[in-house]
Amino acid sequence: MRQVLEFEKPVIALREKIAELKKFTKDSDLDLSEEIVKLETRLEKLENDIYTNLKPWDRVQMARHADRPTTLDYIEHLFTDFLEFHGDRYYGDDAAIVAGIAKYKGQPVTVVGHQRGKSTKENIRRNFGMPHPEGFRKAARHMQQAAKFGRPIICFIDTKGAFPGRAAEERGQSEAIARNLMEMAGFEVPIICIVIGEGGSGGALALGVGDRLLMLENSTFSVISPEGAASILWKDGGKAKEAAEKLKITAQDLKELGVIDNIIPEVRGGAHRDLASQAELVDQAITENLTQLEKMDKQVLLEKRWEKYSNIGAYTE
Amino acid sequence: MLKDFFSKKKHASKPSEEAKQDIPEGLMLKCSSCGKIYYREEMRKQLYVCQKCGHHHQLPSDERINSLFDEGSFLEYDTNLETGNPLEFPSYSQKLEKDQLKTELKEAVVTGEGTVNGFRTAFAVMDSRFRMASMGSVVGEKIARALEKAREEKIPFIIFTASGGARMQEGALSLMQMAKTSAAVQRFRDAGGLMISVMTNPTYGGVSASFASLGDYNFAEPGALIGFAGRRVVEETIREKLPEDFQTAEFLLDHGQLDAVINRHDMKKYLTTILDIHQAGGHVS
Ligand SMILES: [Zn+2]
Repeated sequence: MRQVLEFEKPVIALREKIAELKKFTKDSDLDLSEEIVKLETRLEKLENDIYTNLKPWDRVQMARHADRPTTLDYIEHLFTDFLEFHGDRYYGDDAAIVAGIAKYKGQPVTVVGHQRGKSTKENIRRNFGMPHPEGFRKAARHMQQAAKFGRPIICFIDTKGAFPGRAAEERGQSEAIARNLMEMAGFEVPIICIVIGEGGSGGALALGVGDRLLMLENSTFSVISPEGAASILWKDGGKAKEAAEKLKITAQDLKELGVIDNIIPEVRGGAHRDLASQAELVDQAITENLTQLEKMDKQVLLEKRWEKYSNIGAYTE
Repeated sequence: MLKDFFSKKKHASKPSEEAKQDIPEGLMLKCSSCGKIYYREEMRKQLYVCQKCGHHHQLPSDERINSLFDEGSFLEYDTNLETGNPLEFPSYSQKLEKDQLKTELKEAVVTGEGTVNGFRTAFAVMDSRFRMASMGSVVGEKIARALEKAREEKIPFIIFTASGGARMQEGALSLMQMAKTSAAVQRFRDAGGLMISVMTNPTYGGVSASFASLGDYNFAEPGALIGFAGRRVVEETIREKLPEDFQTAEFLLDHGQLDAVINRHDMKKYLTTILDIHQAGGHVS
């Protein structure tokens, strides 16, 4: 069953009413088509009002939506010949990250992304998309390979964060993330990173250093979850809504702050409404950016990447 | 964010008789681990290491610099960088002002260069008295600039880390400092630079998961707590009791995450040896 979000309820209610009237028109002699047209216009306006005025907290709900497309969904729609490869060669294979090679419009690429599950069972297997060090090291291994063979890297970001567990700490969660950040800054191939759902803290950023950091319109990218911030700031996890506003975690806010390069629009009502159309929008963004990046000389690419990150921040001097 | 790490007694022991006496604040200091009472001046001379139990207390950045660099050799970089309040986060500016007054620092890191027994080196010292040395725009910028300076000058870079994690009030701008500083390390390493990271208590979150873990050598002070996620968060997540020494420097050493644990009193000599070996054979000279 499709998860209904709080702010969408008026839309859903109106849709149901229209459906009811249509059924009534069909089943009886009474012609309500005039009424239906009126309601459909109203629905159009209502949808517009709601979906173009989403509050940060609404977007958090959207980004976390159970049916929201995941990395593997996009891979299926955007690439051909995808081969998934496993393991970090040191400890294990982390199902919270998928990685492999594929073709993008005929061109070889390396694809890496966080992978959460859509069902409880799959979520448990994939640890809710929260990687251990071996996940980040698997990602690093594939990106090193991409650099070796001159393939562009496409990263999909979709995680609440790196897993805060005992084993993760023992195996060097910090080092695994840090190494990715450092190495990604230096790979001599184009890197495009796309936040498709939640972009939580260091675990998200560990796949987020590249030439382009793009965000889907209703995705979020944050240093801490709104719940976490609320419980630290106000000792009240229930104030998450307020924290979501203050933290500036939406694509729109982050574009303004200079943290991300661009926003990828979403189909009305959110990416989960129409995966095929959404994948097309992502496709356009990848093509556009990849074309720009591939024209650049390796040294220019790296220099521009450094400039981009070295310019992020706010201070006076 | 990780306030409890300061007050937490790692190896809790009964306070000594002296500890129970009523001591005027300021003049005397009590070891937070064994409870022994010291004159502040005596403790300062010992670099805030307890002579009885060896516990390493917080060392203010200026005293750390004095303890390591040859007299008169210290030159500070980027003294004027100050954090704004980019997200207009409630009460952030006041908190910064308060810590500036308290510590006489502009921000949570001091960067510069100096000589260590004659070896010229760039450095950064984080100071956890200032906003728990959380990493905001200024911390990231100063560290990145110091790395760039070291790269241009072809001198080594030594960093003493301490941090509760991200500067939440700067949101994603704080998060992105992890990328900025790590990219600066990448450029520095690519140019053949020698980087030494010494983690002090506490080193957590975004700092732990960026430059702190990216030295050619990663060291820590005894008993320092180091990790990505805080102990309480880990406990709440996995719902099991963690070993008492979880995330201590010694625990990390056992798990292969550190090159060595170095006593504060041996630090200058130890670093001198490393600088000497690299001067003799490495790219940095
Ligand atoms: Zn003691």
